[in-house]
Amino acid sequence: MAAKTFPIEAGHIMMFARSVGDPNPVYYDAEAAKKTEAGGVIAPPTFVQSSAQFDPDYFLRPKIGQPWFGSGKNPTGITRAPGGGGGGGGGGLHAEQHYEYHRPLKAGDVLTATTFPGKTWEKEGKRSGKLVFSESVTEYRDQNGELVVTARGVGVRTERPVEQPAPPATGKKEEA
Amino acid sequence: MALSASKLKVGDVHSARLVEDLKRTQIVQYAGASGDYNPLHTDEIFTTKVAGYPSVFAHGMLTMGMTGRMLTDLVGDARLTKYGVRFTSQVWPGDTLDGTATVTEVADGIARFDVSTKNQDGVEVLSGYAEARVDP
Repeated sequence: MAAKTFPIEAGHIMMFARSVGDPNPVYYDAEAAKKTEAGGVIAPPTFVQSSAQFDPDYFLRPKIGQPWFGSGKNPTGITRAPGGGGGGGGGGLHAEQHYEYHRPLKAGDVLTATTFPGKTWEKEGKRSGKLVFSESVTEYRDQNGELVVTARGVGVRTERPVEQPAPPATGKKEEA
Repeated sequence: MALSASKLKVGDVHSARLVEDLKRTQIVQYAGASGDYNPLHTDEIFTTKVAGYPSVFAHGMLTMGMTGRMLTDLVGDARLTKYGVRFTSQVWPGDTLDGTATVTEVADGIARFDVSTKNQDGVEVLSGYAEARVDP
């Protein structure tokens, strides 16, 4: 993946914090945040995941004028899902995510992300057939070239959808 | 408010309710904020008819984000140095999640934690670790 620019914007941090149910003012209130140890609005620990917004080629975002594998008139907009899309049989799922924080990520920072491929390995899964794991490491550097966050993600592709355990006798989760 | 090493003991457990009756709309909110629009998380028709799952399910990263709130509420703002997880089971709309952080080590100004999040049936959905800078 090519290096890309990821501006850390206060409004984006606020929306992200809301979406994970975190009401901490350090994520949206500049005045309150100034009085904290952080010294200003910072980003929550998993925020760099939203760098996807700034990746022009991110494959899990519909692109203007291009087919999309989600439903519209039909249950899917294309006959074969792209890689990782979870079409037909199985698909790509997120297996692991690891972060190292070298310093707090602040509103106003401008990061550059560089992704390196990592290991790949296979495993036989009981509930989903053959599992193929692949790792990638992304370094997020700031406007001065300093490392801010190192992220290591592991994705897994499954042969078929993960089988669901039988629902418990009580506490039914899903309506038919 | 940061933690103090002198007040932490190995084995101390902190727990918090992360979400009660997770709504599909919150999953949509997370898709919009994070930019991960995989229809498996928001498109019931695609997910049931094409992908073969019983319903849409939460992004693993939403569970990691909600669990992250428990951690930053515990260790204080801007104190985390490491946080990593494995997603061990899927999280579905309607789930209620509880997280725990258990102190495993306190040394050299760093506290280490085992992190676990379970659903209402006691099934672990996320398992991991965190490290944070603590005061003396």
